[in-house]
Amino acid sequence: MPLPRRNDPVSTFRDLDWTTVIIYLIMVFAGMVSIYAACYNFDNASMFAWNEFSGKQLRWIGLSLFIGFVVLLIDARMFETYAYPIYLAVVILLAITPFLAPDIKGSHSWIPLGPMNIQPAEFAKFATGLALGKLFSAYHFNLNAKWTNYVKAITIIMLPVVLILLQNETGSALTFLALFFVLYREGMSGLVLFAALFAVVIFVVGIKFTETAVLGIPTGDFIVLLMVMAVMVAMTAVYSRRLEVARNLLLGFVVLGLVQYFMSLADIAVPGIAINLSAIGLGCAYIAVEAIKLHKPGLFIAIGTALFAVAFLFSINAAFNHLQPHQKLRIQVALGIVEDLRNAGYNVNQSKIAIGSGGLFGKGFLNGTQTKLKYVPEQHTDFIFCTIGEEEGFVGSLLVTLLFLGLILRIITIAERQPTTFARVYAYCVASYLMFHFCINIGMVIGLCPVIGIPLPFFSYGGSSLWGFTILLFILLKMDAARRNVLAY
Amino acid sequence: MRKNYNLEKRKYVIGGFILLIALIYIIRLFDLQINDEKYKQSANSNAFLKKTVYPSRGLIYDRNGELVVFNQPAYDVMLIPRDVQPFDTLDFCHTLNITREQFDKRLADMKDKRLNPGYSSYTPQRLISQLSVQDYGRLQEKLYRYPGFFVQKRILRQYYHPTAANVLGNIREVSKADIERDDYYSPGDYTGDLGIEKSYESYLRGVKGVEILIRDARGRIQGRYEDGAHDITPISGRDLRLSLDIKLQQYAESLMVGKRGAVVAIEPATGEILCLVSMPTYDPTLLVGRQRGENYKKLVQDESWPLYDRALMGAYPPGSTFKPTQGLIFLQEGIIDLNTTYPCSHGYISGGLRVGCHPHGAPLPLKPALQTSCNAYFCWGFKAMIDRRSKYGSSDNAFEVWKNHLVSMGYGYKLGIDLPGEGRGYIPNSKVYDKYYGKGRWSANTIISVSIGQGEILATPLQIANLSATIANRGYFITPHVVKEIQDTVMDPEWSEKRYPTIAAHHYEAIAEGMHMAVMGGTCRKAAIPGIEVCGKTGTAQNPHGNDHSAFMGFAPFENPKIAVCAYIENGGWGATYGVPIGSLVMEKYLNGEIAPQRKYLEQQMLNTTLYYAPPKKK
Repeated sequence: MPLPRRNDPVSTFRDLDWTTVIIYLIMVFAGMVSIYAACYNFDNASMFAWNEFSGKQLRWIGLSLFIGFVVLLIDARMFETYAYPIYLAVVILLAITPFLAPDIKGSHSWIPLGPMNIQPAEFAKFATGLALGKLFSAYHFNLNAKWTNYVKAITIIMLPVVLILLQNETGSALTFLALFFVLYREGMSGLVLFAALFAVVIFVVGIKFTETAVLGIPTGDFIVLLMVMAVMVAMTAVYSRRLEVARNLLLGFVVLGLVQYFMSLADIAVPGIAINLSAIGLGCAYIAVEAIKLHKPGLFIAIGTALFAVAFLFSINAAFNHLQPHQKLRIQVALGIVEDLRNAGYNVNQSKIAIGSGGLFGKGFLNGTQTKLKYVPEQHTDFIFCTIGEEEGFVGSLLVTLLFLGLILRIITIAERQPTTFARVYAYCVASYLMFHFCINIGMVIGLCPVIGIPLPFFSYGGSSLWGFTILLFILLKMDAARRNVLAY
Repeated sequence: MRKNYNLEKRKYVIGGFILLIALIYIIRLFDLQINDEKYKQSANSNAFLKKTVYPSRGLIYDRNGELVVFNQPAYDVMLIPRDVQPFDTLDFCHTLNITREQFDKRLADMKDKRLNPGYSSYTPQRLISQLSVQDYGRLQEKLYRYPGFFVQKRILRQYYHPTAANVLGNIREVSKADIERDDYYSPGDYTGDLGIEKSYESYLRGVKGVEILIRDARGRIQGRYEDGAHDITPISGRDLRLSLDIKLQQYAESLMVGKRGAVVAIEPATGEILCLVSMPTYDPTLLVGRQRGENYKKLVQDESWPLYDRALMGAYPPGSTFKPTQGLIFLQEGIIDLNTTYPCSHGYISGGLRVGCHPHGAPLPLKPALQTSCNAYFCWGFKAMIDRRSKYGSSDNAFEVWKNHLVSMGYGYKLGIDLPGEGRGYIPNSKVYDKYYGKGRWSANTIISVSIGQGEILATPLQIANLSATIANRGYFITPHVVKEIQDTVMDPEWSEKRYPTIAAHHYEAIAEGMHMAVMGGTCRKAAIPGIEVCGKTGTAQNPHGNDHSAFMGFAPFENPKIAVCAYIENGGWGATYGVPIGSLVMEKYLNGEIAPQRKYLEQQMLNTTLYYAPPKKK
């Protein structure tokens, strides 16, 4: 993007990223219509009746647009200047929230404010984004230069997480973990994200497939051990930059696998765990030898990964067996091991039924039966996507998915065109929050993620969530519009 | 600003990640919404309460159009536990005429998941079944006081004539096995049990209708789906017209009172059963309504086996009623002709064996032998056939020929009546004797008693009546059946198809004449009905259970017969003692509509005699 000429006068509204604004407007109004459909009753009032959820949402939208407009009027430099004070104020607000908030379904996160309730956690999102941006924009700041930089960044992220956890709002708290994507963009090793992903995969596979099927080992464990071997081979190839080392390792594993296979064919009892573990052990030894010989200390990362993965596998198995039955059940239901349609799995099953019954074009606006008849819980808030899936069908759900995809990719584009680190980091924060909400919320209603109660941004009913995301987004839009004013330094 | 282009590349990783997730979600949505029909069905079963509308069960008429079985409404008290609000329990119990304890017990049973696996506090549950109309009336007035309660209409049977329970059968609530076997049924439905209620269930039950209601997550009804546009109206079950003459059935039952046994009457030309009596019997109304379970248990435990249909299931030695079959076989096989005579010196004496006979002139040809029921004649004939190696090669072969003729006459196998539970009687084959005596080590004399319907031979009263009908028809029969017509249905041709035994038709005339002679001046003179030429054959069957069974088989009139009967009275003694009077009275009643004055004494005798049966020995 060519830098603008300095003498060109800046106009916020001319330089506003209208693509984002239009996606935003489509989303909030589609959200209001969906809320109306979700709460539609047989003797229903108008969509705009003040006492209906849709009417109330319309008021929130109106106020949001006003707030967004006000944000656009603020001088962009103010955000950077006041990043820390804003962050501090929000942290203090979060800290006192549990004392001010009444108990609503076990959560102490809503502060009554006149006729409405405000959820400070929603406003912590932009504040944390600003603070993180401020941290990274310090002159010559390099995340990898000092380990204390990591401490600073992680503190900024974890402070709201801990405070929100104290309010018993696990879902909102987890949202902030998405900011590790920002750290990755700003230099954190990809290994961390890879390790996190690998850990999740090991966890899911290890717990989900517990039936003994292969060589006397639970299928899940067997798959994990195979994955560990594959990762070892891949990492060896990457870190040694010598394909023959990886090839030798691969050959070794394959030969061992064949030996096991023929042994089991010949009906010889195969001590599968022992054989596979010793295979991984031997592989590690071989890599260690090669690492020293080739002076490639990077190879020890492969060894470490393998050993950690194996240790992690066995410790989750042990830990899982020590969980309380209801905790086990929740995890098993979330992973689809147990079909518990009456209790823990009821919501997800009903929401799958609602979405699944929509078909290609849906049942038509206000014609959904599952959501109307209240089979789906929280249908105007966290499960709003069900109404869209049921009434607008695959076409409607696809459009919503593409809207989110478009918005997130657009924000990444905006992030990359920012001249300042502050704005870029902040933009990535916005993208990360949206990614997290999109992945978890839609994943939850279509039964791919565990049920974590977080709203679908711009769609779900609720003032705090809508305002929080509006402020988050419009601060970014303001920074983007003002980027030509900024001197590249 | 220093741009780190290495790090900038990471936007592709982040963008790629979200692209991948979106792709996975789109595939999943495609799978859920377009690929998988399961969710659409679940959604429908969620939201639509398909309320079954029960069709009215087919009515049952007798052959003269007399209504026999019809429907009465019964009312189940239902409730949706979630919707029930506190109410005056005492008043409720008082209205339904039950005690507080009974009410509490019913409520506890309803909630017991073991007794009622489908219990849910959101769906209709049955509290009390089959209220009487009176109780229902009282409850209906007060129903508004008990929110959550409602009444579901059911259909029960009612009987104009409390008779023919063994033919009519009854209805009962479906069992788990019924539901698994036939997906027409759902819990709480009724199905036919025993009799034609069972064998014609598919015609009688009709087709259920459906009313589609919209139901929310709490099970509350929100209205009718598209104003009933998709509802299905129930189709009533088809009415049946029985071949039974219900008046004749009642009359025959009254003659059999106090005795055990069976009376079967068939219209020979059509195979239609005119009456099918099994004694002792029971009042079919016992098995209707709330008392059904208790009464059913009593009937099962009754040592006289009232639920056992002796007419169809009983396996009795046919005794001398078997002799006509022997005459037919010997004629067909050329063992005898109408002039062949055999001696009788107070019995059959051959090779140290003696089968007794009563005094009469000897030697005799076939017709007088039938007239006098001469044992010796049929023993000699049997010996002549079974031991005729020159024709058959061996006794085995000869016996097989003999047996196959009997099978063709309907013995030894089920006839195929349209009622459940028919027995097959018993006709041994030569292998049975080979096994018992050794191959080639038995001859006619070894098994001579089968020739006079004793020994191993067993038959059901239905089979004996069918033989009578075959002789009446002079050589064919139609599978006996109790249903004459099904409303709006063409009867299966099976019920009009003539079945020809392997005996040439012209041999039957002589047998019919012999049976006519038996009535005119032989063993069954008491069967003579003024103005009607009756044919008959007595039977006095020895049996291991006590006195001889008294049997009679006959038809009338001699020319163009209208009725063929079998009367079989357990331990009744001589065939002439009970069998002949009962059998002939049934024929007379059917043919003349009334009993001639000179025969009234017989009727009185039969109506008023009770036979004593020893209770079964305790094991």
